[in-house]
Amino acid sequence: MTASQNQETPSPRHKRWVKSTHFILTLSFLALAISGYEILMVHPRLYWGKAGNDLTPALFELPISRNYHHGGWEKSIPFKHLSGSQVTAARTYDIFNENGWGRSTHFLAAWVLVAAGLIYLVAGFFSGHFRHRLTPRRGEFSLRLLWADFVSHLGKQPDYSGKYGLLQKVTYLWVIFFLFPVVILTGFTMSPAITASYPFLLKMFYGHQSARTIHFFAALLLVLFLLVHLVMVIRSGFKRNLWAITFGK
Amino acid sequence: MKEKRLMSRRSAIFAGLTSAGALLFSGCLKKAPPTYGSILRMGDDLTYLGQRGLLSQRALAMEYQKSDITSFPVTDIGDPADPASKNAYSKEYEELKSNGFKEWVLSVDGSVAKPGKYTMDALKKLGERTQITRHTCEEGWSAIAEWTGVPLGAVLKEAGILSSARFVSLYGFDKYAESIDMLDAFHPQTILAHTMNGETIPARNGAPLRLRVETQIGYKNVKYLQRIVVTDKFVDPAADIKGGWSWYTGI
Repeated sequence: MTASQNQETPSPRHKRWVKSTHFILTLSFLALAISGYEILMVHPRLYWGKAGNDLTPALFELPISRNYHHGGWEKSIPFKHLSGSQVTAARTYDIFNENGWGRSTHFLAAWVLVAAGLIYLVAGFFSGHFRHRLTPRRGEFSLRLLWADFVSHLGKQPDYSGKYGLLQKVTYLWVIFFLFPVVILTGFTMSPAITASYPFLLKMFYGHQSARTIHFFAALLLVLFLLVHLVMVIRSGFKRNLWAITFGK
Repeated sequence: MKEKRLMSRRSAIFAGLTSAGALLFSGCLKKAPPTYGSILRMGDDLTYLGQRGLLSQRALAMEYQKSDITSFPVTDIGDPADPASKNAYSKEYEELKSNGFKEWVLSVDGSVAKPGKYTMDALKKLGERTQITRHTCEEGWSAIAEWTGVPLGAVLKEAGILSSARFVSLYGFDKYAESIDMLDAFHPQTILAHTMNGETIPARNGAPLRLRVETQIGYKNVKYLQRIVVTDKFVDPAADIKGGWSWYTGI
């Protein structure tokens, strides 16, 4: 796409609260993604169920730090009065662990994300933004049309009208009303104090480690969304789009 | 006549939420631990005050069934009975352990009317609670075990805790230590555990006595207990904050 074409198409117009919350949410999401990756590096094993650790079987493991498959354990000692095969063992390996800043950055950024997200939600509902601009209009939505819109995004030059397209609307609604709630609630489910007050979270997500695994996949989808979002922003006119979401009227 | 309205519904909701938040936090601000100017530590304080303000402080952590019990890793700073573990080694602990902890006593002092030393038998007379709970490590893993022990609140009452007391510091023989506030100290599930999965607590799981505080992350659970000190002022005995870690770990 050339610069002259950019000038011919209408510039997207974003409301002031969309612009400011978008900026805050972007920064806090980046901080959460980076610190979340660091936290995952410390224990790159994921499980399903109520609890899981190095002495229990993993769902899968990720080779993303020196902690991956480290064999630094003393001989395991079985518990005498348990009927199962549970053991205890001491770790001898000096693991990678930067969770001091990693965890605190994660939770600080989460506060910012939740606060800005709430402002965005309240403003979105009350201003009719969700209803008028993000909800597909009657007759606009069908799986066939969605597929057609998806295919058109793969083409050399995506359609650009200055308004949200069908695929864009559906994706944004999915991210706002499904992925973010899931990633926030599964985050809550890993907190001992929050789950003491709200034990239903542990039931809802099948336990502490299941919540952690769901948190990982939801975060992965959010990062994937971010990447595709960035590619589409670049393809449909990076400078104009960036200007519109930052300073535009 | 929109213009003449004193306050729109939107601004009323916003004003309501803001003032509720201000009321919530104004009462607690004095209790916040120091941050040493670090924005991360300020975030930790926000979480501390937020969780204290928004959550039930008497709610019990999830308790599990016997069939849920899992294996349990030991990931502390070293064996206090082993001279090879350098910083964590304690000659006194090694001697106590070699004698089956018969000479072991827990010292309780600070802001209490009756500072003193408690033998294991004396502690066991103060009460008993058994719970199958989840240990949640900051690293990301978790483990479920059955713990039996003396409620910390019962020990503090026995020692005659003073009304000025605000924090409880717990010191281990491995030179590890942590402090908790009174809400966690008197939480019904906060116990000094002497039994794990039905047996006398295995050496590396914190023998002869360890803290279980179920509403916080694993690293608050001091092992190999030696001493409890009650204070009026905030103390950070193992320098969590200066070491770059959060003092409060309800999350």
